[in-house]
Amino acid sequence: MIRLSYTDRYQITRLRTLVTNIFSLAAGLVVISIIFLIAGVNPLFAISEIFQGSFGSMYGFKETITKAIPLILIGAGLTLAFRAKFWNIGAEGQMLMGAIFSTWTGLTFGDALPGFAIIPLMFAAGFLGGALWGIIPAILKIRYAINEVISTLMLNYICAHILTMLIVGPWRGATRFGFPGTDNLPDAAILSVIPGSRIHYITLILALACAAILTLAIYKTRFGYEARVVGENPDAGKYAGINFFKTTLILMAVSGGLAGLAGVGEVAGIHHYLGYPASVSSGYGFTAIIVAWLAKLNPLYTVISGIFFAGILVGGDAIQISLGLPAATVEIVNGTLLIFLIMGDYFLHNKITVSFSRT
Amino acid sequence: MEEIIISTLQRAMVAGTPLLLATTGEIICERSGILNLGVEGVMALGAVTAFIVTMTTGSPWLGVLAALAAGMVISIIHAFTSVTLQANQVVSGLALTMLGLGLAGMVGKPYVGKPLTIKMEDITIPILSDIPYIGKALFSQSPFFFMAVGLALVSWFFLQRTRLGIQIRSTGENPKATETQGVNVFLIRYMSVIIGGGFSALAGAHLSISYSKSWIEGMTAGRGWIAIALTIFALWNPGRAIWAAFLFGGIFVAQYLMQPLGISPNFLAMLPYIATLLILVLISLKDPRKLNAPAMLAAPYKRGER
Repeated sequence: MIRLSYTDRYQITRLRTLVTNIFSLAAGLVVISIIFLIAGVNPLFAISEIFQGSFGSMYGFKETITKAIPLILIGAGLTLAFRAKFWNIGAEGQMLMGAIFSTWTGLTFGDALPGFAIIPLMFAAGFLGGALWGIIPAILKIRYAINEVISTLMLNYICAHILTMLIVGPWRGATRFGFPGTDNLPDAAILSVIPGSRIHYITLILALACAAILTLAIYKTRFGYEARVVGENPDAGKYAGINFFKTTLILMAVSGGLAGLAGVGEVAGIHHYLGYPASVSSGYGFTAIIVAWLAKLNPLYTVISGIFFAGILVGGDAIQISLGLPAATVEIVNGTLLIFLIMGDYFLHNKITVSFSRT
Repeated sequence: MEEIIISTLQRAMVAGTPLLLATTGEIICERSGILNLGVEGVMALGAVTAFIVTMTTGSPWLGVLAALAAGMVISIIHAFTSVTLQANQVVSGLALTMLGLGLAGMVGKPYVGKPLTIKMEDITIPILSDIPYIGKALFSQSPFFFMAVGLALVSWFFLQRTRLGIQIRSTGENPKATETQGVNVFLIRYMSVIIGGGFSALAGAHLSISYSKSWIEGMTAGRGWIAIALTIFALWNPGRAIWAAFLFGGIFVAQYLMQPLGISPNFLAMLPYIATLLILVLISLKDPRKLNAPAMLAAPYKRGER
């Protein structure tokens, strides 16, 4: 009979990781093709449309970079939380809280302050908002042993309702003619873009810098080491005198804060006012989970995986129009790719040997 | 006044029904040591499957069966990744939710906003339903209500008193020791995940063919996630899940009751989520050790590892 046995692989090279990821994504695309086929869509055409739409034209590529900005920011923050095995599923809410804080700052001080003062202030406010919303589940977990998956998710819903409450209530702008949403931000509070695109480059630079700094922090600092120990070997961490509460608070403040920065970018760079939650974020908080996972929890790699999944978002919009597929198609693509990525992890960590024996 | 009490109770029972179904399923699954975060997605898939099958065949019961089958089949994915491949259960469950929501949205697109004219007759138990106040709420309800309560009771008995139930629980506590007893741990976990998925899909079926009699994307509205929280709230006990689910059903209904008082509807819509967090804090303040979580929940089990 055929026997399958596996042994742990202790040394995982970068090349093997890359090859495994590529194979996983390819296998995922095969399954997605089958789903397309069943839905009565030519899969080759659909998949090529996705990548044509996102990387095949200058317009598409600009859009892809635009959507990669929040994905890189949030994804980089998530790598830190996930390393500590803190399953932050609440980036969506943390991003919205960042958007709320920065909108308030922009509307309140935008007329009084020049751009070079108001923009950093808005980013600081956004970071603060996201960080505050991020440390709530950290406190709940450490002090009350409440599962962070549940708390971060509940906080997503709560934040979305708070935002809606604000824009239909006290914050509803006079210029909206009764429609929900705040007034437009003052000109000084609006991020400039690369001409001919929607790329708000200040946030892009911020995202790249955050990914780089976070990589250094994780691999080169004591804090990064402590965050890894908290996740990988909590018992050893206790003996080593690591303060779990402090470490978790800081890493969730950073993780939430980066999501908050993404919220600032969307409001000040794209929309220029605060609207419904679904328009502020098209599920970036959830897509970023896959971004972090594909990056193998290395913040620097979220730049690549962020651009890749931004491409799928943009391409997904393109096939909605050209093939008449529903918006949910992107979720099928994302879900399937994520399943295959975690399946690939198995082959990354285990060496499979097939042997034949007589029984 | 009497009328308000009766209708509130009755609506609380209706709102609690899908929560109870999904919570019972998740309890069975988590008792075997597998955390399944895919409930929300499986629920949506169950809802859309039940709706389409009911609409095309005209039989709600066929719809229920189809939803059950769909929920069980898609849950195999999570069983495979978390049991066979020992993958990270949090990420695998999230992937299942994305896939379930995506498939439901794609398959259900042509059916959005179409009303379902086929009705599932309420079951009214004579005499008992004439009890003042609670009679109508408890004994004159949709078949789903009786199914949810019945399945929760059966599951309680099954987990506490039957051989297989005890094997499921001991798999969640100590898979290694359980396997030494000659129990196929992998099989037990596969089975538990698949049953749990089936229950989640039934919850979805209730939403689309009994509760709102229509399908729209996002109609599960986080109920799957609340079910996962209720699993903790019920301390992994299907018996406790019954009153936990209906308490939450009551909170859902409270939204609509308080609206005429001039409170912001968005604030009221927040209530179930805030209540979830508050109740978890209260449980934890009471005695976190009493939580009684399966010891090996979400820990992958490798055969032959010492």
